[in-house]
Amino acid sequence: MTQQTVAAPRSGGDPSAPVLEVTDLHVTFPNDRGPDVKAVRGIGYAVRRGEVLGIVGESGSGKSVSSLAVMGLLPESAETTGSVRLYGEEILGLGDRELSKIRGKTVSMVFQDPLSALTPVYTIGDQIAEAVRIHTDASKERAAARAVELLDLVGIPYAAQRAKAFPHEFSGGMRQRAMIAMAIANDPDLIICDEPTTALDVTIQAQVLEVLKTAQRETGAAIVMITHDMGVVAGFADRVMVMYAGRAVEVGQVDDIYYRPRMPYTMGLLGSIPRLDEGAEGPGHTALVPIEGTPPSLSALQPGCPFAPRCPLAIDACRAEEPAAEPVGRTGHLSACIRSGEIEEHGWSPQDVYPLPAIPEAPAAHVPREQRETVLQVEGLIKHHPLMKGAVFKRRIGSVYAVDGIDLDIREGETLGLVGESGCGKTTTLMEILELSRPQRGKVVVLGKDTATMTQRDRTSLRRDLQVVFQDPMAALDPRFTVADILSEPLRTHGYPAGAVHDRVRELLELVGLEPGHAARYPQDFSGGQRQRIGIARALALQPRLIVLDEPVSALDVSIQAGVINLLDELRGRLSLSYLFVAHDLSVVRHIADRVAVMYLGRIAEIGTVDAVYGAPSHPYTQALLSAIPLPDPHKERERRRIILRGDLPSPADPPSGCRFRTRCQKFLILNEEEQKECVQREPQILPLRGPAEDHGAACHYAERVEVI
Amino acid sequence: MTTFLLRRLVNYLVLVIVATSFAYLLAGAALDPRSNYQGRNPPPPEYVVDKTLNEYNLNDKTPLLERYVTWAGNVATGDFGKTWEGVSVNEEVGRRIGVSLRLIILGVVLGSVTGVFIGAYAAVKQYGAFDRGSTFGSFVILSIPTVVIAVLLQVSAVFANDILGLKFFQYTGEYTPGLEGGLLTHALDRVQHLVLPTLTLALTQVATYSRYQRNMMLDVLGSDFVRTAMAKGLRRRTALIKHALRTALIPAVTYFAFTFGVLLAGTTFTEKIFGWHGMGELLIDSISRNDINSVAAVACFAAIAVLIAGLLSDIFYAILDPRVRIR
Repeated sequence: MTQQTVAAPRSGGDPSAPVLEVTDLHVTFPNDRGPDVKAVRGIGYAVRRGEVLGIVGESGSGKSVSSLAVMGLLPESAETTGSVRLYGEEILGLGDRELSKIRGKTVSMVFQDPLSALTPVYTIGDQIAEAVRIHTDASKERAAARAVELLDLVGIPYAAQRAKAFPHEFSGGMRQRAMIAMAIANDPDLIICDEPTTALDVTIQAQVLEVLKTAQRETGAAIVMITHDMGVVAGFADRVMVMYAGRAVEVGQVDDIYYRPRMPYTMGLLGSIPRLDEGAEGPGHTALVPIEGTPPSLSALQPGCPFAPRCPLAIDACRAEEPAAEPVGRTGHLSACIRSGEIEEHGWSPQDVYPLPAIPEAPAAHVPREQRETVLQVEGLIKHHPLMKGAVFKRRIGSVYAVDGIDLDIREGETLGLVGESGCGKTTTLMEILELSRPQRGKVVVLGKDTATMTQRDRTSLRRDLQVVFQDPMAALDPRFTVADILSEPLRTHGYPAGAVHDRVRELLELVGLEPGHAARYPQDFSGGQRQRIGIARALALQPRLIVLDEPVSALDVSIQAGVINLLDELRGRLSLSYLFVAHDLSVVRHIADRVAVMYLGRIAEIGTVDAVYGAPSHPYTQALLSAIPLPDPHKERERRRIILRGDLPSPADPPSGCRFRTRCQKFLILNEEEQKECVQREPQILPLRGPAEDHGAACHYAERVEVI
Repeated sequence: MTTFLLRRLVNYLVLVIVATSFAYLLAGAALDPRSNYQGRNPPPPEYVVDKTLNEYNLNDKTPLLERYVTWAGNVATGDFGKTWEGVSVNEEVGRRIGVSLRLIILGVVLGSVTGVFIGAYAAVKQYGAFDRGSTFGSFVILSIPTVVIAVLLQVSAVFANDILGLKFFQYTGEYTPGLEGGLLTHALDRVQHLVLPTLTLALTQVATYSRYQRNMMLDVLGSDFVRTAMAKGLRRRTALIKHALRTALIPAVTYFAFTFGVLLAGTTFTEKIFGWHGMGELLIDSISRNDINSVAAVACFAAIAVLIAGLLSDIFYAILDPRVRIR
């Protein structure tokens, strides 16, 4: 595997120096028509061989720009100053010729979206072989063989065959493996990973992180891991740097950052994450730490600490001068906050620093579930999309089994979380429910009315009670409508008294925490989190009883997400709403939902109360899914054993016989032949599990409760 | 892949037949070869005219559909009939086809290749002097009709010849008639004649392709895979050519089929102005001479040329883009 066995720095470099040392790096994007954008404002860090540095921050914090600046890959218009030293040698400002010798050889990079990051017209093997041939004088055949070797190393099955495939023939996870193969092709001393798993599903993310760990073991390289997900770096990084508004606001050992954060922003970031490993004592009791406001514009920074406007601890001195990172607590822990010392002294936790909103309890919460009204009932719902072929004479050649027989119900005041990976059919389910028409097969009953026997009139009036909030708040709001237009449209449609519309709009804006005076503005004038609040206000306009939420927070940064989740939680209590909450993020669902249904390939694998399912998942898929989610807790992360699923999701046009999960199932492998036959031949139905929790069922022949978190 | 192309070819053949038939029917209905004879002094007797017209299948007293059937039958055996003067259309076309193809092929290759490179370079140096210059130049060329470009080139050639004091640029005809000398002299003579008409055709192509390619290139320049290529250690120039340009070429290939029609029209003017006896000239002359069979033959040639361009586009597309390859 290795051409060089020891750390061999570039000629002239100092082997004892850190692999990479960045000091006072500034990146500015000049702007002809306005103030320049100061994307990175003086950051510095060092990484030694074998060390993993995590750089975390929300979008726009400058984390990606700073790493591209290190590689010299920014557009020519960017102005970069400061110092970047590789084994003590300055590389910032080197020409293309010198830099190209370093890139891919000493320092390599793994990018976020592996589809657009691979050239579509060359085979995967050729692209990896190219990386090999640039830096060695290997022959074409030798390089091709090495490409296959590398693909094998990153866990691509049938590597020799798959090397001849083009990027579009690979799944997302496989493409990211190929990217990693390319990055380790020349035994780099440093790998910079820029959000390597952000576009991937959790089970695939777990696979890719595992591959990165293998890659690091094989090459002994240092890794700079850039991410917005505090969970991803917790178990992986040795040190963590938190970025905000183009600066490092806190740096330290991973444990110091996670257990003893001393900068209010870091504290807010950690507190705003919904925790998979901490069961709420029932909704209505806990709230997430919301960070008010939005990150500052990097082209118009006010003097003082950039976080001061959002900081609950801000005092006048904060607004006078931007604080430098000063040591606090244990060695190596730096925090850019003038009150770090105080926080250290009092040992404040995020919950101490941030005022938590009180979440009212739903009035129905005390009534036993069986006695509450059923607001939504779905029985045996089926939605198959035809697969067509032919240009003129279309003929059906098969079906995509998008939703293949699911049952669920929601009672008044309850939240059902519908979770699963992309392509499992959760959005199709939701669309079928929203359609309010007779399903292909099965039954949908909304508020006691069966959609199959409904007249057009019933449907229109029922839509008042059933509303939806979409994932992408920008795409869901008409950019040519003012907020007032958006909110009053449903009111007018359903005959709300014209004189009262204006007041109702103001009331709605207040309800979702927006300024009523902003009603005349357009969606583009709002930030992502505020837009989602407008979307929620629109859904609330007609006082619905059931709201369907399609990934309502997945497009938002964590600190913003926390505020929206709190709002949803609060509204449910105040307005006694029921939610069908569709999400791929299991932590968010644990926080907000009462019951959860886990979907896999158009079927429900497991359903039950949140505490039962998360506490003791009994379907192997749920177990794998839960174990794949990284926790923002370094100790737990290091001790956890992950269930790594094999391969990718099978095509929903050709699901496996019997149990759909058996092709990837970890349990299937340890069953004896007789037991396996059952999985292959008979499709398991959801059966209630015996045990402490009554409301818990799993569709597995060999369901068994296991704790995985 | 082969079956895909074969199917495409069959489609194209049907199109050629339809296009040529329409051209014949239209020409047969609109043109009047009889007037060519009647205008003579003294006018020939009607039965002589009828006899000659019948012989060439041009008589307007025969119903058009009947004439069409006769014509189509002959075309099926490879005979495009006779001109109104009784010359074989096949011979006439055979003599001219090489002349036109030489112009067209050179014009296409020179125009598209130069255009693609100018466009790609302009994109890389976006808003630089080269980009601004080529943008301005393209729009100037695109806003001038081919006829004017040809005449302007002729004028400049005369001017250049005067300054240089030798007759390097030739602007009439395909070669100098009665030239003495060996093979080399003849070859040089042909090149001298070829320069201006080829340039006339190529300039418009360069202008269109450079605009198009510039946009395509700008689209891929900022893309992640170019960044990946550089992160692997490729020099910027290599990454731009091997990864960016290679990918940005794909749409330009589809464009090829579209520009071909424009090019054919351009050839007609160019041939006429530079005094080349090609297919374009034949088209104009045969219309003014009421020569139905020649018009249909030229239309057939044009249809085949455009469809070959289309087929080539398909093939190049499949070669360049693995995503559309059908196995």
